[in-house]
Amino acid sequence: MSQENDIRKQNKPKMGMGMGMGPGHGRGMSGEKAKNFKGTMSRLAGYMSKYKIKIIVVIFFAISSTASMIIGPKIMGNATTTLFTGLLQKLKGSGEIDFKLISYLLAGTLMLYLISALFSYIMGWIMTSVSTDITYRLRKDISHKMNKIPLNYYDKTNHGQILSRITNDVDTVNQTLSQSMTQIITSIFTVIGVMVMMLSINWMMTLAAFVILPLSMGLVGKIIKQSQKYFKEQQASIGNANGHIEEMYGGHLVMKAFNGEDASIEKFETFNDSLYKSAWKSQFLSGMMMPIMTFVGNIGYVLISILGGYLAIKKAISVGDIQAFIQYVRNFNQPIGQLANISNVLQQTAAAAERVFEFLDIEQEISETKTPVENINSKGEVEFKNVHFGYNPNTPVIKNFSAKVAPGTKVAIVGPTGAGKTTIVKLLMRFYDVNSGEILVDGNNIQNFTRNELRNNFAMVLQDAWLYNSTIMENIRYGNPNATDQQVIEAAKAAHADHFIHTLPDGYNMILNEETSNISQGQKQLITIARAILANPKILILDEATSSVDTRTEGLIQNAMDNLMENRTSFVIAHRLSTIRNADLILVMKDGDIIEQGTHNQLLEMSGFYSELYLSQFDKIN
Amino acid sequence: MLKLFKYLKPYLFPVIIAVGLLYLQVNTDLSLPDYMSKIVNTGIQQGGIEYPIPSVIRNSELKNIEKNLDDINLRHLQQIYKNSDSEKTFIDINGKLSEDFIIQFSKAFILSKNMGQLIEGQDNNVIIQIGISLVRAEYEVLGIDMQLLQSTFILKTGGMMLLMTLISVLCAVSVGFIGSKTAAGGARKIRSEIFEKVESFSSAEFDTFSTASLITRSTNDVTQIQTVIFMIIRMVIYAPLLGVGGFIRAMGKAPSMGWLIGLAVVILLTIIISVMSIAMPKFKKVQELVDKLNLVARENLSGLLVVRAFNRQKFEENRFDSVNKDLTATNLFISRTMVTLMPVIMLIMNGLSIAIIWVGSKQVSLGYMQVGDMMAFIQYAMQIVMSFMMLSMVFIFLPRASVSGKRIIEVLETESSIKDKKTTTPLPDKIKGEIEFTDVTFKYPGGEVDALSTISFIAKPGTTTAFIGSTGSGKSTIVNLIPRFYDVTSGQITLDGIDIRDLDQKTLRSTIGFVPQKNVLFSGTIESNLKYGNKNATKNDLERIVKVSQAHEFIKQKDEGFNFPISQDGTNVSGGQRQRLAISRALMKDASIYVFDDSFSALDFKTDATLRRELKDSIGGKTVIIVAQRVATIMNAEQIIVLDDGKIVGQGTHKELLQTCKEYIEIANSQLGLQE
Repeated sequence: MSQENDIRKQNKPKMGMGMGMGPGHGRGMSGEKAKNFKGTMSRLAGYMSKYKIKIIVVIFFAISSTASMIIGPKIMGNATTTLFTGLLQKLKGSGEIDFKLISYLLAGTLMLYLISALFSYIMGWIMTSVSTDITYRLRKDISHKMNKIPLNYYDKTNHGQILSRITNDVDTVNQTLSQSMTQIITSIFTVIGVMVMMLSINWMMTLAAFVILPLSMGLVGKIIKQSQKYFKEQQASIGNANGHIEEMYGGHLVMKAFNGEDASIEKFETFNDSLYKSAWKSQFLSGMMMPIMTFVGNIGYVLISILGGYLAIKKAISVGDIQAFIQYVRNFNQPIGQLANISNVLQQTAAAAERVFEFLDIEQEISETKTPVENINSKGEVEFKNVHFGYNPNTPVIKNFSAKVAPGTKVAIVGPTGAGKTTIVKLLMRFYDVNSGEILVDGNNIQNFTRNELRNNFAMVLQDAWLYNSTIMENIRYGNPNATDQQVIEAAKAAHADHFIHTLPDGYNMILNEETSNISQGQKQLITIARAILANPKILILDEATSSVDTRTEGLIQNAMDNLMENRTSFVIAHRLSTIRNADLILVMKDGDIIEQGTHNQLLEMSGFYSELYLSQFDKIN
Repeated sequence: MLKLFKYLKPYLFPVIIAVGLLYLQVNTDLSLPDYMSKIVNTGIQQGGIEYPIPSVIRNSELKNIEKNLDDINLRHLQQIYKNSDSEKTFIDINGKLSEDFIIQFSKAFILSKNMGQLIEGQDNNVIIQIGISLVRAEYEVLGIDMQLLQSTFILKTGGMMLLMTLISVLCAVSVGFIGSKTAAGGARKIRSEIFEKVESFSSAEFDTFSTASLITRSTNDVTQIQTVIFMIIRMVIYAPLLGVGGFIRAMGKAPSMGWLIGLAVVILLTIIISVMSIAMPKFKKVQELVDKLNLVARENLSGLLVVRAFNRQKFEENRFDSVNKDLTATNLFISRTMVTLMPVIMLIMNGLSIAIIWVGSKQVSLGYMQVGDMMAFIQYAMQIVMSFMMLSMVFIFLPRASVSGKRIIEVLETESSIKDKKTTTPLPDKIKGEIEFTDVTFKYPGGEVDALSTISFIAKPGTTTAFIGSTGSGKSTIVNLIPRFYDVTSGQITLDGIDIRDLDQKTLRSTIGFVPQKNVLFSGTIESNLKYGNKNATKNDLERIVKVSQAHEFIKQKDEGFNFPISQDGTNVSGGQRQRLAISRALMKDASIYVFDDSFSALDFKTDATLRRELKDSIGGKTVIIVAQRVATIMNAEQIIVLDDGKIVGQGTHKELLQTCKEYIEIANSQLGLQE
């Protein structure tokens, strides 16, 4: 599931082609909006306050760099003017071109451009370090948070959403910080600076240049608005088409078995058609941005040329001024385009940051007790007293559950699906807290322990044999990080895993692949048992530990588990009743309550629910 | 990559038009600096006088000029006389005038004023400039409004510029229109080709490609191609046209300064290429690290219970942190490399302008070029540099897209390994549904050992044939061969005596009700999922079937009943419910053969037993084939086949097998605890 979600997320059309394609591309087009823009942004600013000094330095360099960049054309224009007037004088025979002055002016311009480049580099350098650092912190915070959130949060959220916060959303924030922020600063200063410079040359021409400004802003705004509409449509169409693709590829066998090819293709074509329509429209509109900006820019250029020519005749301005002005008008367009798009970029960033913060704000597990009880020499006695619990308070799963388990007892919990068997052990390990009633370990309410202290008493073997991408040695050591290699191997031996591990390439050092699919399900299960043995707990929980392995392997695992359960209080949940017949106590659950309890033979004699359940597996009904 | 272009064929004509439009656009774009230079040179410097030939001249002056012209040019001149009165003659200078004529006239004009010493050994440009100043003097004598002349010229030229810029934007927008339609249309075609192709694939192709990879190929890779088509039309064609056109015009203005542009382009490309070659490999590394980061986070999420049970939260955080640190460091390196790019590019472009002015001013002073030409040259230079930058960006993007292209072509060029024969055998209207395996051996594509070897059995109508054995023994493989999800490697499978490879795949599958091991439901409602088995089913059919499959109770509990929405993959119903819905779906089909591939595992024993009893009543007369893990599920089957390592090791009824088959006894013992 999570992987599919990733894929869909990545499908956001990435159109930003960086420089040369003009402003307003891609980013900021999707039209996402944050629910609480102001709050999110000020919180993001809070994250940045640590870098206050660096950011002030960045702003200083941004301004200086922009300033030198802006003064450049004016001086260069002076060089041209000097040349032009010199030339006219030369033609009239009344003077010479002043090359010395020209060379000074040009050298000065070069200096300015050098300074500008250097400052702009320094600015980028500092800003990237700030933004990557914030990115790092956001990710670290998310990872930290992941292990602090109560489990019921995860019942409602799929992993893909959380993963996309770690990668996509944090990346979006990073991009804004590293690029858009400096862009905003330089854009604003460029606009102001250019305006000042233009005015210093000639107010009439400045006015002419500004006549086109509302036109430019208006057009850009309109295009962004229109294309946003289609981008959203495109997003939806992509979602539909990809959803259908994932579904049909995932269910290929079913589709084939029911001759569903034609229906599937037909459905796909309708999605594909609507994707085509929104795709070309959004691409067309966003592609129009550049030509239209250029057009508006060119109108400015022409106006300047005409007006400049006219004024030059009147000797109101010089030829170099026209050249400088043309450069200014050209410099003007890009920041205007960027500023027109800023609110969109910021909105998108806020939306991404908001999702990150939302995750960071999720209520944590109720805090630990202030005065924890220590339980160093745990006996492994467990008692449930009138426990009530529901994942959702309105629909109770466990109703008035009570049971007392003496140390070293093997307790089996059986019952139909949905009876609440797994919930019992989740409560015992305090993955969830009871609604009412209490659970005692060695006579202490489990809420009086710290979670770590409590869980130190337990080890779990689950149906889903969770291992991670590392060596087998490290996977077993997960049960006890301080164990020596020798202890790990001892545990593997006790779990009957040592033998097969030796047959694997690299033995204990074999690295499990990313899907941990390079060893069989049964082998994985044996490793989780070894891991539990190494943890050496007082209380053991086996939840359907053998239901996904075949019978032969099951025999092996059964032996391993018997080793494991020796001298430990154990809770076994199983479908296959054969595995639990030798339990000291069998709790039969139905609809969240214990309806029968006793040993296998006692329960059979009662001829109740258990015996019905047990006999049904021999199909004696007919 | 190139192979994909065939899908753009319907767009060939529009694309040709687009190329034409781009050519037009380049020309209009490049004409702008030219017009600007005219405003500076002619409009300002020459007072709006374009040629050293006056449009009106005193007859006395004209005579003097005629004297200094040779015969050919004299005839030229006489051809463009418009009319004359006693005092002055009007000359038509709006037509096409040859360069040589202009210079010769200018010379003659200068000589007629006895100023020959001024032009001795001078450049043509100087001759023209002096000629123009004589024209201006002549106009002044004739009392022409010089200001009006000048401003008319500037306005006229400006008007032309506006027209050009309008044409340019119209071209650009039209190209954008064609480009986006072509790109999206090509993508639509490719997408639907892939989808149809993949739908035709057999399971063998799914195994070789993997489902996840097929999904990316149909989605992300196509999007990449779409972007690249658009880019090719918009930039790959435009940039070289702009570069070459700009170069030609720049050389026309000042051939001696061409080397400046060449130098700037070389420096620029060197920098872009070296920055990219430093950063590119790191991009790949970032992708790997992001994957790694995702993996660690996903492992943490999928193992939440284990992580917390063993108190290893800190360990997980550290694991994440170390990848996060690597990723941050790599990202920082890339960003710092990339931030050098923009300032350096700007510096080069500005440096180029400065260099052009410096070198250009020398040329201007020598009379080789005019100031306006120099200004135009700067702008051409910028356009050339831009075109190279555009191209270099395309070349950064292209390799990525070509990987996508390759991956798409791989899919399109793969043929399904299972195809209908040219002439298929039709099935009789009434079929019995007897399935027979004769010496079937099967090896998975790319597999090293046979998954099944010499399997022979008959599944008769009205009986249940069950398969049992440990994981990997080949149970599921056998039943996957029946609907031809794979084809046998040797041996044959027949349906009522007809080799199933002689049948049309769809016909074959229409006779089979199949419940796969993985209970996939499709998004929709419970009803739409059940109707997937038979779209003409009535409400009564639905009610009847779900009673058989033991799904009626939980459906009844839902408020929406049959309209209960099913999310993608059916994740919003439990495993057991999913299984029962998948069974119902198969039962909806009026099939002759029903296959249940491990379809009862998620049910508790009681439901399992009731379901089987109901099944017996409703499809007892059909051929039933069951794969199971539990002995209890199958102990009443007429025929049980025990598999081990792809071979049949036991065949018979439960009772018989308990006597004869050691593997069966082993399984039965462990599950039922029956020692007898």
